[in-house]
Amino acid sequence: MIPRFWRKIKYRYDIVGSVCENCGSKFYPPRNFCPICRRRSKIKEQRFNGRGKVLSYTIVHDTPDEFKLNKPYIVALIELDDGPIITSQVVCNPEEIEVGMRVVKTFRKYFEDGEDGVIYYGTKFVPEKIATNAKNF
Amino acid sequence: MERVAIIGVGQSKFGELWDKGFREIVLRAGIDALEDAGLEGKEIEAMYVGNMSGGRYLAQEHIAALIADYSGLSEMGIPSTRVEGADASGGLALRQAYLSVASGLHDVVIAAGAEKVTDVGSEMTTDIMASSADREWEGFVGATIPALYALMARMHFTRYGTTPEDLALISVKNHKNGVLNPKAQFRREISVDDVLNSPFVAEPLRLLDCAPLSDGAAAIILANERVAKEYTDSPVYIKACTQASDYLALQNREDITTMRAVRIAAVMAYGQAGLTPEDIDVVELHDSFTIAELIAYEDLGFVEKGRGAELIREGITSLKGSLPTNPSGGLKACGHAIGATGIRQAVEITYQLRGKAGKRQVEAETGLSLNIGGTGATAVVTIYEIG
Repeated sequence: MIPRFWRKIKYRYDIVGSVCENCGSKFYPPRNFCPICRRRSKIKEQRFNGRGKVLSYTIVHDTPDEFKLNKPYIVALIELDDGPIITSQVVCNPEEIEVGMRVVKTFRKYFEDGEDGVIYYGTKFVPEKIATNAKNF
Repeated sequence: MERVAIIGVGQSKFGELWDKGFREIVLRAGIDALEDAGLEGKEIEAMYVGNMSGGRYLAQEHIAALIADYSGLSEMGIPSTRVEGADASGGLALRQAYLSVASGLHDVVIAAGAEKVTDVGSEMTTDIMASSADREWEGFVGATIPALYALMARMHFTRYGTTPEDLALISVKNHKNGVLNPKAQFRREISVDDVLNSPFVAEPLRLLDCAPLSDGAAAIILANERVAKEYTDSPVYIKACTQASDYLALQNREDITTMRAVRIAAVMAYGQAGLTPEDIDVVELHDSFTIAELIAYEDLGFVEKGRGAELIREGITSLKGSLPTNPSGGLKACGHAIGATGIRQAVEITYQLRGKAGKRQVEAETGLSLNIGGTGATAVVTIYEIG
């Protein structure tokens, strides 16, 4: 699993996806081939700004082994302001989350391979109002 | 194109079959199908096997060869091929078998579906099922299969006003039907309160919104019209068997309150069969989660998008309604033996159209089945008619 994770670090640690310059479609995760234009694809990497709103969400209670300690956690589909839709965890009180809520990206740990194993980091989201308040401190 | 008929069907019991191994349950289904068709076995020219993950559930690949071996078909050296499309594997096997007869290449073929899931623990099972979605971009963030269906449910609730009670009614209906099916895993009724008081798996979906993962196998024998007439007076003809694909991850789909692959496959199937949704008398569909059944009502064209809940609230899809759906108990109560499910659905429709479905019999001449892989990236729609 480690090389598989490592190859995608650039795209996981920040929201780096791609855009097709032929049709303007934006992709996250990045695609090397535009499904609309196919052979006419003109793909370029693009960083998305990491702000958006919650389209749908779920609070996961029955969790895979590696997420047992985070139980329950929130998974959401987030529509980025400047790009595509991303599947990500949202860090907030489960009672606070709602459809349409504004969120902003943050860098967080996802899970680890046991106590001594590799730690897998990635992008999560937090409510925009919390992120804004934090800056005032 | 040859007309393709179902001449024999069989299935094992679905459930936690602790005392039975993979080989035994597959053989049970296969022998039942041969007996039902009145075949010796040597008439079979090819086999297709639907199996999602023998490699991880049993640490056994080469499943098609294994089954050909233990069913005696290797003795004749016939080709045996495993096909995989997550929990649509059975539907794909059915379709491959259908194509091989429709094309004129073979006269008689067998399609089987089988999965043995209880030899590994439930954590492992959840992980294996997660591999039917996008491991790197959905699985990595903890989006399990129930979580992904929960995202669809929430969106449907928000946009169309569907409620947890509507979903509960689907589970209640399917359990009620399962009581009447001797092969079903769960043969007990449940109430709306039972569903709404069961623990959350991934909100808003609760434990009793989710189908179990089961052991089980099913088999079906297909033949062209000429051969079918030699063996049976009541062939069930396959009028269409279509398949479509969608983006693997939900985040790439244009709308998650619908499954585009289901819509595409359904439109093609109705077109090939020369039928409309109004012509369908009985349905077996893929209720891996209650929300999947509700969305399928809409995507199969039985009701407008967003109004699926009306069919369950008004009892239209109950056994006594005008569109009985999942008379077998569906995946929820009959059980979901992953790679076997697509074949098991065809077995049920065959019983129904022959008038041999016992206490759960409905009045039907035309049936439809829908088998879905993962969260809808693969869909197989089959339309059947009694000859």
